[in-house]
Amino acid sequence: MRVYFNPRAEERFFRGLLWLLTGATVFVLFFIIFYVLKRGLPMISLEFLTRNPVDMGKAGGIFSTIVGTLALTLLAVLIGTPLGVGSAIFLSEYTRESWVTRVIRFGSECLAGIPSIIFGLFGFILFVTRLRLGWSLLSGGLTLAFMILPTIIRTSEEAIRSVPASYREVSFSLGGTRWQTVTKVVLPAALPGIATGVILSIGRSIGETAAVIFTAGSSLHIPTSLFSSARTMSVHFYILAREGISMANAFGTAAVLVISILAINLLAYALMNRFMKRYC
Amino acid sequence: MSETLIRARDFSQYFGPVAALKNLSLEVYRNEILGIIGPAGSGKSTFLRSLNRLNDLIPGSRPEGLLEVRGMDINAPGTSVVELRRRLGLVFATPVPLPRSIFENVAFGARLAGEKHRGRLAELVGDCLKKTALWEEVMDRLQTSALKLSGGQQQRLCLARVLALRPEFIMLDEPTSGLDPISTMKIEETLRRLKEEYTIILVTNNTKQAARVADRTAFFLNGELVEIDATERIFFAPSDRRTNDYISGKFG
Repeated sequence: MRVYFNPRAEERFFRGLLWLLTGATVFVLFFIIFYVLKRGLPMISLEFLTRNPVDMGKAGGIFSTIVGTLALTLLAVLIGTPLGVGSAIFLSEYTRESWVTRVIRFGSECLAGIPSIIFGLFGFILFVTRLRLGWSLLSGGLTLAFMILPTIIRTSEEAIRSVPASYREVSFSLGGTRWQTVTKVVLPAALPGIATGVILSIGRSIGETAAVIFTAGSSLHIPTSLFSSARTMSVHFYILAREGISMANAFGTAAVLVISILAINLLAYALMNRFMKRYC
Repeated sequence: MSETLIRARDFSQYFGPVAALKNLSLEVYRNEILGIIGPAGSGKSTFLRSLNRLNDLIPGSRPEGLLEVRGMDINAPGTSVVELRRRLGLVFATPVPLPRSIFENVAFGARLAGEKHRGRLAELVGDCLKKTALWEEVMDRLQTSALKLSGGQQQRLCLARVLALRPEFIMLDEPTSGLDPISTMKIEETLRRLKEEYTIILVTNNTKQAARVADRTAFFLNGELVEIDATERIFFAPSDRRTNDYISGKFG
């Protein structure tokens, strides 16, 4: 049979096309980072990082919002990870597939699709007013924990399921109980996948604004307890830009935000590589 | 003959409605190597997994009839499955080292049982690696990952890991199916030595292997025991025509 097209030209065309698509993606990413850093980096100084905002953020630094971001994210991850990983272990190791597990999984997927502002509203009604926690780190942390829960459940479950069944058989055949098998064999092997989910969640928590304004408030003071209101960097950026207080300081904040997310990712992958080298 | 340690009486293993083992009756004697041969799907592996109740993990599995180890019905309610599995160590067809160091792989069973004393663990690990002739090859790199060993070394590691349980029985499920002839020879030599201390059940899809190492050999076909006898009799004067056909390579 005759070939009616030129295979080499076809190869070249699609290679070019795919290169273009990938290039466009990378361009957008680098453009955003470049733009934010270009406008924000000149603002960053030791003073900017270590002083509290003055005059609603028109002057001064962003120290209290850095503290607020760290505290809130840490709290969200500390609450969300045990809940999520626990659910994932239950779903994949302690139950057989049935309509119950399907309902739980479906519910968790739906949770993932809910806009963050709805989480904010929910957190406001439940934690802030109903449970009288007020605008506080605790309210915000709990709300964010619920928001990141689906991501953690899903990535953890996938990671746990991809651990070879033969590992479990070995553990059981060597006299391991189910709990020992989960903690000593399955979780260590699934750790890289679980960590990926947690890192994604950290990114989402740091970048979240809507759910945070409603629940943690926007106080510019350094939070002193779980019950203090706090402002995160994202919220600070939003208020500075939206109210037109100071675009320069807004971009300074954004630059710090972008750099810290990059740093967290790099650190997490470095830690994971070290772990993998030791055990695999 | 010598003391009977394992006894199956009319034992069947069901998975849902399907019986993978049907009305099995056989005995295993102290300090012998019992070879089990038969084509794929004949229930050889199922028998080993019934003995340490690994089949429990499969939804819908159900044993019927009697399976005794030292006179105790292993399926009786109240039997400690954890203890049973420690008594009947199992080596799988494909070596499955856990993603840990060589040392931690061998020490794994002892750690599960709660042993924490470093000296005792080190002694146990050294001991078991020596019994499987792996010590010389790995003594200077016990802390490196077990995944870096060759296939043959991995399988001997898995055997050492089972020995570290201090089991009464060693069950091997086609342990050399993925190994080269030299690694196979090393495993077989090890088994002959271990016979002094342990009772061994060796499932193999290689009939010659049974001829080389087994004292007695059982032939399984379609979930049923066709014949069990001294290895020479099975290979030179089998009483069932199907055994003869299988051994001479007419099917399987």
